[in-house]
Amino acid sequence: MAFESLSERLQESLKKIRGQATLTEENMDEMLREIRLALLEADVNFQVVKEFIANTKEKALGQDVLGSLKPGQVVVKIVHDELVELLGTTVSELDLSKKPTVIMMVGLQGSGKTTTSGKIAKLLAQKYSKNPLLVAADIYRPAAVDQLKTLGEQLDIPVFEKGTDVKVEQIVSEAMNYAYANHHDVVLIDTAGRLHIDEPLMHELQNIKDIVHPSEILLVVDALTGQDIVNVAQSFHEHLQITGAVLTKLDGDSRGGGALSIRHITHVPIKFIGTGEKLDAIDLFYPDRMADRILGMGDVVSLVEKVQDVYDEKETMKTFERMKRGTFGLDDMLEQMHQVRKLGPLSGILKMIPGMPSLPQINDEDTDQKLKLTESIIYSMTKEERRDPSILNARRKERIAKGCGRSVADVNRLLKQFEASKQMMKQMGNIDPTTGMPTQRPQARPQFNPNRKKERHKKKKKK
Amino acid sequence: MGFFSKIKETLVGKSAKQNDKYVAGLDKSNSSFSSKINELAARYREIDDDYFEELENILIMSDVGVNMVMTIVDEIKKEVRLQNIKDPKAINEIIVDKMFVIYANDSYMTTKINYDDQDLTVILMIGVNGAGKTTTIAKLAHMMLQEGKSVMVAAGDTFRAGAIDQLAVWADRLGIECVKGKEGGDPSSVVYDALKRAKEQNIDVLICDTAGRLQNKVNLMNELEKMNRIIKRVVPQGPQETLLVIDATTGQNGVSQAQEFSKITDITGLVLTKMDGTAKGGIVLSIKDALNIPVKFVGLGEQMDDLQEFDLEQYIYGLCKDLLEK
Repeated sequence: MAFESLSERLQESLKKIRGQATLTEENMDEMLREIRLALLEADVNFQVVKEFIANTKEKALGQDVLGSLKPGQVVVKIVHDELVELLGTTVSELDLSKKPTVIMMVGLQGSGKTTTSGKIAKLLAQKYSKNPLLVAADIYRPAAVDQLKTLGEQLDIPVFEKGTDVKVEQIVSEAMNYAYANHHDVVLIDTAGRLHIDEPLMHELQNIKDIVHPSEILLVVDALTGQDIVNVAQSFHEHLQITGAVLTKLDGDSRGGGALSIRHITHVPIKFIGTGEKLDAIDLFYPDRMADRILGMGDVVSLVEKVQDVYDEKETMKTFERMKRGTFGLDDMLEQMHQVRKLGPLSGILKMIPGMPSLPQINDEDTDQKLKLTESIIYSMTKEERRDPSILNARRKERIAKGCGRSVADVNRLLKQFEASKQMMKQMGNIDPTTGMPTQRPQARPQFNPNRKKERHKKKKKK
Repeated sequence: MGFFSKIKETLVGKSAKQNDKYVAGLDKSNSSFSSKINELAARYREIDDDYFEELENILIMSDVGVNMVMTIVDEIKKEVRLQNIKDPKAINEIIVDKMFVIYANDSYMTTKINYDDQDLTVILMIGVNGAGKTTTIAKLAHMMLQEGKSVMVAAGDTFRAGAIDQLAVWADRLGIECVKGKEGGDPSSVVYDALKRAKEQNIDVLICDTAGRLQNKVNLMNELEKMNRIIKRVVPQGPQETLLVIDATTGQNGVSQAQEFSKITDITGLVLTKMDGTAKGGIVLSIKDALNIPVKFVGLGEQMDDLQEFDLEQYIYGLCKDLLEK
């Protein structure tokens, strides 16, 4: 991550107001300035930041610092809640009620419309059992039609195209007839990228809209976009009354503050996020997670929620119990690794854990390979060994290494990793779920004796 | 003599057509910027802290980046105090002057391609997905053909569907050869083939397309490193140019892009694309400041000839056009 997280940023200004019971104008000013900077660095539009800060200030003023919370935690929580509210509190899905449902994809050049069309088509075909039709309506960029055709082949979803010599209006009306005739219940129209100030091309979009009467017009916006996003969103919204937005390239390291600007300007929900180049790298938009990302702050709450989605509750409780009793074994680790894989790319998950954004970047492709390696090693162990790896001696390790075709060093590495993950599990128990900040007592500390120096001193005296 | 008159003078000497096109392209993106500064000058009778705060905001809105904005504004504040300026109308020159000085920063800047007279000149185009690499290659090739160079392109984006065809279509239009590999194949092998062919045919310039990659994808960045090695093996001095393509709408992430890409390969220049929109591309100021990478070209449209050499004077002239003429 290129930027420090908000919690890190706030550390300095927080020191000054430690111990104060109420949030006042004076003690908040510096913090608000830091928040403002954090938001600007996250590419939230300047106007939006201004209004947002004003609102937050109003809400926070006079708030009592409750119980054991620190003032900083209170402010961060207020900011976080405000962000979530602005981003929309609920997850928004596509309106698929009409038959056929027509979805129009619009946006600037290079924002990822074609790839996103492919992803949505795949999602609809697989999860919603729809029979989608992709329509190639980008007749301007060289080979844009080929791109969609290739995607269609990969996904086994039909693509309607008329080459690049036919007018777009004609293509879409023929596509509609084709969809009726062939019982396609969703029609996805991939339009050409265009600048929002290009009047003739914007007019073309309006014509398409009049012909196909889409239930959804999705504005595809790249998460790397800066301040100009407001002009883009506003202009597309004025011309077309968009129904939603898709934020792409969120697998990069940008904060994606643009999401906030889009919501603020258009009030339409963000329906999907693109999280990779592969065709299944699409996700629904969760406002709370986005808020965390913008603030550069991990959120254990949504991590837990996400984990709940995929984890088998009973299984997890078992593992958790074993963890507490200290009988967390290799089998459990493998089980967890599998379940974590179900959550999506590991780098995305780690981003949610506080303190993690500062860790070195995680390479998802590598992680997949490592998982396979780990699997092969663990499967070469006996049940007993998996339960209690401490019994592994050199001979056992050699046997395992032979069994899985790896080296003893690999086995050792795995054991080290196992120890590390055990350690991490312990630490994760120490995070305050209300603020996502570590509680005051990190567990590693009590291991050394705070009186150590004194004792040494005493000994010297005795001498 | 003020800085502006100097700029104006240099501009008069420039080819009028190029200048017009540049200004026309930048017009949309900058009218709002300059009109805002003018508005600002009209609103304030006196230069005070509020004035500077407004100025900060205007710069932030152009994606210049918070830290860079602070630097610029601090410099302006210093100058204003030094010259004891009270009238907001008189400050405009200083604003432009400071931006110019900070960008230039005593470094050697060139917008010329570093052609190799002895050997094949290899140009590697890199950037994130959708920045406009392929289109820029076509424009660049067109520009070089007009300079009388022989050009070949290598379709090194074997990942994205249709990317090879896209470059091939452009190559057809330009009447140049495009070396292609298989979709999903190893881009380094395509580049290797292209290098061999270009050498055999005594081509002047080989431009290599690469797949768009986000800067935090380790494996893809390694792939880029490999391509770089392959080029060096065949052309020891190559790639003579590595151009990072950045979309003008890019926000603060642009700095991270430049940083990560330059860890892998020596970026010799930036190409700022999509400047015909309303985005201001202010991030290049931050990139220049952080990594000292200059902008070499600016993309101003979708046609072959919509590529211009970056000219700082014109860029700033375009930014502050309204100021100059009032």
